[in-house]
Amino acid sequence: MRIEAKEMRGMMIRMVFACLLLGLPLAAQAALAIQHWQTPQGARVYFVESHELPMLDVAVDFRAGSARDPAGKSGLARLTHGLLDQGAGGLSDTAIAHRLADVGAVLSGRLDRDRAGVTLRTLSSAAEKDKALDLLALVLQRPDFPQAVVKRETQRLIASIREDEADPGAVAGKAFYRALYGSHPYANDESGDPAALARLARGDLQAFYRRHYSASNAVISLMGDISRAEAEAIATRLASGLPRAAPVPALPKPVPAAVSDARIAHPSTQSHVRFGVVGVARNDPDFFPLFVGNYVLGGGGFDSRLMREVRDKRGYAYSAYSYFMPMREAGPFQLGLQTKLEQTDDALNVARDTLRQFIAEGPTEAELTQAKSNLSGGFPLRIDSNRKILDYLAMIGFYNLPLDYLDTWVDQVNAVDVAAVKQAFARTINPDALVTVVVGAGRAR
Amino acid sequence: MRSLWAIGLAVLLTGGAQATLTDVTLENGMRVIVKEDRRAPVMVSQVWYRAGSIDEFNGTTGVAHVLEHMMFKGTKAVPPGEFSKRIAAAGGRENAFTSRDYTAYFQQMQKDRLELSMQLEADRMAHLVISDELFAKEIQVVMEERRLRTDDQAQSVVYERLMATAYQTHPYRRPIIGWMDDLQNMTAQDARDWYARWYGPNNATLVVAGDVQADAVVALAKQYFGALPARALPERKPQAEPEQIGTKRIVVKAPAQLPYLLMAWHAPTLRDWARDSEPYALQILAGVLSGNDSARLQKRLVKTQQIAVNASAGYDAVTRGPGMFMIDATPAQGKSVAELEKAIRTEIARVQREGISEAELTRVKAQVIAADVYQRDSLFYQAMQLGDYVIAGLPPEALERRVEKLRAVTVAEVQAAAKKWLQDERLSVAELDPQPLQAKLRAAAVPGVRHAN
Repeated sequence: MRIEAKEMRGMMIRMVFACLLLGLPLAAQAALAIQHWQTPQGARVYFVESHELPMLDVAVDFRAGSARDPAGKSGLARLTHGLLDQGAGGLSDTAIAHRLADVGAVLSGRLDRDRAGVTLRTLSSAAEKDKALDLLALVLQRPDFPQAVVKRETQRLIASIREDEADPGAVAGKAFYRALYGSHPYANDESGDPAALARLARGDLQAFYRRHYSASNAVISLMGDISRAEAEAIATRLASGLPRAAPVPALPKPVPAAVSDARIAHPSTQSHVRFGVVGVARNDPDFFPLFVGNYVLGGGGFDSRLMREVRDKRGYAYSAYSYFMPMREAGPFQLGLQTKLEQTDDALNVARDTLRQFIAEGPTEAELTQAKSNLSGGFPLRIDSNRKILDYLAMIGFYNLPLDYLDTWVDQVNAVDVAAVKQAFARTINPDALVTVVVGAGRAR
Repeated sequence: MRSLWAIGLAVLLTGGAQATLTDVTLENGMRVIVKEDRRAPVMVSQVWYRAGSIDEFNGTTGVAHVLEHMMFKGTKAVPPGEFSKRIAAAGGRENAFTSRDYTAYFQQMQKDRLELSMQLEADRMAHLVISDELFAKEIQVVMEERRLRTDDQAQSVVYERLMATAYQTHPYRRPIIGWMDDLQNMTAQDARDWYARWYGPNNATLVVAGDVQADAVVALAKQYFGALPARALPERKPQAEPEQIGTKRIVVKAPAQLPYLLMAWHAPTLRDWARDSEPYALQILAGVLSGNDSARLQKRLVKTQQIAVNASAGYDAVTRGPGMFMIDATPAQGKSVAELEKAIRTEIARVQREGISEAELTRVKAQVIAADVYQRDSLFYQAMQLGDYVIAGLPPEALERRVEKLRAVTVAEVQAAAKKWLQDERLSVAELDPQPLQAKLRAAAVPGVRHAN
């Protein structure tokens, strides 16, 4: 949690990351007027109008994450997504990058197991905005997947996967999902498998694109300095040129994993420990009790039991945390820490005991009050920038959350009581059926 | 170090938002800077101490950062753990960061809760208690942090070792986190000494940004910090680095799957912000080399020649100490680090010989101007930039007029800066020689062997 500016920023990002995924809070007292409609092509649109800064943020998200990788083609979703702006509508990768830079626009991508998205940030002055939106439309609607570029980007992706093999945290993260999800599509890593990637052909990417990047499969989010009429025109224009395809089917339901304990050898000086269970989906009715309860367990940073037990009391780790990652289908609940090799088992036992005790006894009244104070009192910080609001719009849209979800968020947090937390944790987590992964230490057990 | 460009960007993103700025110094020497920004009913409050690893001595490297950890461990009035708890109860987020140049502490909260943050910060500025018992636990945490971020990250090790090579005498040669041996031998008294030496109002700057009234912020600052006495600060010696007179090379062997190359040239930084031109030219140069997905390094090395899978350039003009212009890259499969270095040198020589095009210059300037608008979306970042400049001895005006100065850079100035500063005499090069992940494993797996640390 203590970051070193300019050189090191990872940890802070991770803690914030966990909060964002779980928090999703918006609105309540601060009236954030979200406008919602569908384009004629069936894309769902979410818009907040704000003229305070002369800029516009746009996100277009598809159900095209890595869980959609066909059997034997792990990495196809990621590669397809990565190729969108590497040549489109006859413009080369370089031409696209230069034209974006010429107007100061920033085009970015994001991909997880559920979702593949493209975001654009541009000035709202007409000349810049129009050019930037032209390019966004081009990469979404007419990606060329040039043969030579596909080959190059495949090699780069394989290189980054191989580089990750030296990073114990990355190894632990991938192994945890594999152990937790078995044969479910969530088991595979977003980046894919080098051997499978090496076999992919341009036609695979084109087919994946045509199947998944359709208007009916898209959520368009807009935030910033444009009018409703203009937002409608932009959304319609972005949706109109997308491929036509049947709706993407639902993913299978994950099944609870059997208890397991994997030790993976690695030359690191620390062990990276992850353990947990299959948790809940984004629309689970237990979401708020789990979210608020987890603040007490391991989501509240220095205000959480895990941090107190593992770090403050024993000095075992720099970071110890727990989080639910609710996804389209049941996402993981996981605890994590890193500690020097020889105290791995001690630290693991402390973390497990902390979880076990929390599930058995729940939070105290005082702890729960503290959690609720922080979450409700910190609500305005969650919507204090265009970027944050855009991310929330995209998530509300992608997970079909009710439009008033934001208005009721603080009330939902405040309504959670100790009994609800206890019951929700007991329903969700069996502490005797944990999936554990430890990377580090010499011998594989 | 994954993206050097991100470092450059941190500098490029600054800019002169036109919001009202208040800059006052209290009688005890504490500086207070307030930026009013009413977009959201929130504020960020940061206390910056001009005490970073640059101020450390051999034998106690890392103590600035260790003290940062200890600052959360209680005072006479606020027991251990209470600081974080009280901020959290008020809905706040808080953290701290240590760099080569400073240590800073922040709280983000609703706008009406500033007083709590000031009260707590003022208390720990003067009344910190460092117990032997809590220090003994926390130093273990810091060692775990070092293992996590440096020892088990081959590229971080490369960066650490290259800095220790490129600088022979200047304190920038020491890692912020500290050498492991120094951490193992650090005592609570080392932390107390550091606190006594640097933690006083006359070595601190308070930056508050958000939906606040400057007058009210200054009044609160006087109420809480104004009563604290100034401390006699030790003299700071410049410790100027002797001019490098020939290329330095190191090889770092560490478990990794891919090689990695890091090149660093000594370079100037902003001192006289209104007259200096080279630091602005070097910022533009970093943008030309790797400021967008098809800037020179990406286009030539990654896309066309396909000799690298990643390549980027970075330069930070705003520092207390000397500057570095850096390039890092990862070779593509089947390409050697030597080939990669040669290709990078070819690109540098091309800039030195032929300069850059007007189109490239215009492109980088367009990005600078847009980024100046985008950065106004983050209150935290705006406050961060102000603190960064002030700590480096630059006035807020230097930040406000930064875009204007960058827009004035010419193609000739970029070429001249490249010629003058990217010379072999000033270059240090580090190569990561990847060691198999399995080899070290066998050694570590010997039964009964325990690590000393």
